[in-house]
Amino acid sequence: MNLNQIIKEINCNIITGEIQNINNFTRACSSDLMSDVLAFIKDDHTLLITGLCNQQVIRTAEMIDLKLIIFVRGKKPTEDIIEMADENDIILLSTNISMFDATGILYQKGMRGIRV
Amino acid sequence: MKFEYTISNLNFSTAGEASSNIKKVLKLLGIDSKIIRRAAIATYEAEINIAIHSHGGKIILYIEEDSIKITAIDKGPGIENIELAMKEGYSTATHEIREMGFGAGMGLPNIKKCSNEFSITSEFGKYTKLEITIFI
Ligand SMILES: Nc1ncnc2c1ncn2[C@@H]1O[C@H](COP(=O)(O)OP(=O)(O)OP(=O)(O)O)[C@@H](O)[C@H]1O
Ligand SMILES: [Mg+2]
Repeated sequence: MNLNQIIKEINCNIITGEIQNINNFTRACSSDLMSDVLAFIKDDHTLLITGLCNQQVIRTAEMIDLKLIIFVRGKKPTEDIIEMADENDIILLSTNISMFDATGILYQKGMRGIRV
Repeated sequence: MKFEYTISNLNFSTAGEASSNIKKVLKLLGIDSKIIRRAAIATYEAEINIAIHSHGGKIILYIEEDSIKITAIDKGPGIENIELAMKEGYSTATHEIREMGFGAGMGLPNIKKCSNEFSITSEFGKYTKLEITIFI
């Protein structure tokens, strides 16, 4: 799926990042446990859906070159977290719906989970 | 080349800065991105463990001609049962730590997976030391 499609389907606010139509995301990982994210995500076309909203989410994304994080349940990161994301060219989106719903809607539109 | 970083156990929000720096160093040296990724994951998991489970410690990075070596050593409390600690899913993390996104019990096993050579030594009550080698 491309970024504009994702934003539309789960009604995202753009927190930071340059939105280009060329981004192509094939897989998503929904998790609040960063060591699981670090252990299971294998490629950088994967996006992260999470209810966790702290510095370590950005650090985790930085370590494995993730380019897109979606915060669910209306979570809003603080300025310093946004700055960290900018430094690493990570796009941050936020949606008011739950992790389950965000995951389900994207699945229905063709997004798939990570291979475990 | 040798780089040394002090890791605090008091400020969770700054944990990961050493790993971030190490990743940048490896990138500047033009090391293969798959190798960098493994080194970054291993270093970051080790750094987070020092920050959340220990009384503070150090991470030392050695870059040699054919390998990257990462040593993570802390000031205790040490690990009583290393075999158990190495099991996927085993964690003593508190509810507070899980709220911060850690405590899946995946860190140590994943560090080992990312390494070509890996050793963990600990004296209960004194220290834990990880030695990670990744061939370039
Ligand atoms: N540096 C350390 N000092 C003391 N105990 C440690 C240290 N590192 C790990 N441990 C112990 O080993 C256990 C397993 O570590 P591991 O990194 O695999 O999982 P975790 O840190 O609990 O969770 P995760 O890494 O998945 O977020 C920890 O719960 C803790 O009890
Ligand atoms: Mg850990």
